[in-house]
Amino acid sequence: MRQLTVISGKGGTGKTTLVGSFAVLAENKVIADCDVDAPDLHLLLHPEILTKQEFKGVKIAVMDKTLCTECGTCEETCRFNAIASTEESGYAVNQARCEGCGACVFMCPQEALTLQERVSGYAFISKTKYGAMAHAQLNVAEEASGKLVTLVRENARQTAEKEGCELILIDGAPGIGCPVIASLGGVDLALIVTEPTQSGLHDLKRILSVVEHFSVKPSVCINKYDINEEVTGEIEAFCREKGTEIAGKILYDDTITKAMVAGVPVVAFESELKSTAAEEITLMWHRIERIIQQ
Amino acid sequence: MIISVASGKGGTGKTTVALNLALSLSNVQVQLLDCDVEEPNSHIFLNPVIEETKPAQTLVPKVNYELCDYCGKCAPACEYNALVVLPEKEVMVFPELCHGCGLCSLVCPQEAISEEPREIGVIKKGRSGDGKIDLVYGLLNIGEVKATPLIDQVKAELNPAKTVIIDVPPGTACPVIAAVQSTDYCILVTEPTPFGLYDLKLAVEVLRVLKIPFGIVVNKAGIGDRKVYEYCAKEGIPILLEIPHDKRIARYYSEGVPFVREMPEWEERFAGMMKSIKEYVG
Ligand code: SF4
Ligand code: SF4
Ligand code: SF4
Ligand code: SF4
Repeated sequence: MRQLTVISGKGGTGKTTLVGSFAVLAENKVIADCDVDAPDLHLLLHPEILTKQEFKGVKIAVMDKTLCTECGTCEETCRFNAIASTEESGYAVNQARCEGCGACVFMCPQEALTLQERVSGYAFISKTKYGAMAHAQLNVAEEASGKLVTLVRENARQTAEKEGCELILIDGAPGIGCPVIASLGGVDLALIVTEPTQSGLHDLKRILSVVEHFSVKPSVCINKYDINEEVTGEIEAFCREKGTEIAGKILYDDTITKAMVAGVPVVAFESELKSTAAEEITLMWHRIERIIQQ
Repeated sequence: MIISVASGKGGTGKTTVALNLALSLSNVQVQLLDCDVEEPNSHIFLNPVIEETKPAQTLVPKVNYELCDYCGKCAPACEYNALVVLPEKEVMVFPELCHGCGLCSLVCPQEAISEEPREIGVIKKGRSGDGKIDLVYGLLNIGEVKATPLIDQVKAELNPAKTVIIDVPPGTACPVIAAVQSTDYCILVTEPTPFGLYDLKLAVEVLRVLKIPFGIVVNKAGIGDRKVYEYCAKEGIPILLEIPHDKRIARYYSEGVPFVREMPEWEERFAGMMKSIKEYVG
């Protein structure tokens, strides 16, 4: 089984647009949306949810006020400023700040604190017009959880095995932290989507070092390459120097937004004009297929 | 006053708004804190003179083997599986998994665990070329998984005597909370597209949980559809400013140039937005 993850240092570079189109073009695959913090792929693929699973990733300290004697030990212990007291209501745990480490639980002389699991999101397995899809939604204000990404990937893997699929197509998480690292582990190719801007180039350099740090093979897609052809040239030169292959370049094309508004992947969008972006994405997909088969 | 600039997802123009706003406030002193420590971009546009670079650290346990008797109590206490005790041999620490909570040193009956600092990134402090804006930004080391401690340390540099603008990391999870918490007002930047709207709704939920007042800047106005506007009208969320989808603005962005520098008519609009926020916050 092969795995392709599509990432971008920052998000908003067209990553999900590409994955949506690859979902149409690729055969015999399972789709995984690992951008669990702000998942958008469902807006293009309209999954019909088959199973919904609670995700209990993090614990939280819960205080039994009837046992608390207001001694203040917990506030002193907590390294994350998650416990504070107010005049009116005494000591309380700030849910948004608590990291569930358990230090306060250990120290409380009254055993007024316990760690409790809580549901911090949901994972889904669904079917779409283009094949099975594993996805999730993290509740707002939760830890950007690599664990939920790992769960989505595990769901995708099991589904692929069950259905005899040869490819897992992953919409990766943004950034360089925990969720993106979880979407990179063990994949055959990381397609990095970038735009020809100075900040895009900066982000590309950072995410490329992350990909290399985890020994994954990278490839680059320059989206909207005609916004600034000089910077596109700089990106190409940088990739050449690094020995990183450029899988494709996509022109700025209004059709992409139109297709998004219509809620369909751009390569499946019926428009009166032939979309150049759709053609370029199709060409790029064939190139990527060859690279991952190597 | 502390203003945060956030968006449900990256690439919507959050940094553009933060920077151009900072550059449009001519009669106040401005400090810009770039809390997007995974991918900070503000410095690319400001070309700051960096005056100070300091390491950002968290604490990790260090075991004194003269005291440790391999009792094994520390490992199961750690909620993050950052410790493994190999009997009679070693206590292994996995620093990337450690949250620096200090529990293991409290648990150890032999007092064999102390803590030592570990570098997770750097904090850079400087000033824009024209000296007008103080910039502080964090840069998370490659391979580090947790941005929150570094964000907290960038925010510790906050200068309350100035007008502070915080560039918040994208998304709706922990790092966002760390960055927007205890700001007076949040500007949410979105694109008028289905993706933009979906992520905007999540961001609105976060701000409502945190009880931070907010308004919307629509970037790339003119693309997509009208659903973001319909949503804001229905929810009673003010639209503070619209930045059109404009080839020139996109071009300046790609060159790393804040567009108010080349299109000064926009200074007034950003300053006007600030004025209405100030009136609202009171
Ligand atoms: S340590 Fe326990 S008893 Fe003391 S204030 Fe905290 S919860 Fe209350
Ligand atoms: S569990 Fe840890 S983070 Fe949460 S309140 Fe207790 S000490 Fe603080
Ligand atoms: S709890 Fe202390 S004595 Fe026991 S194994 Fe851990 S470090 Fe060693
Ligand atoms: S400091 Fe906390 S997170 Fe780190 S190893 Fe010790 S118990 Fe685990």
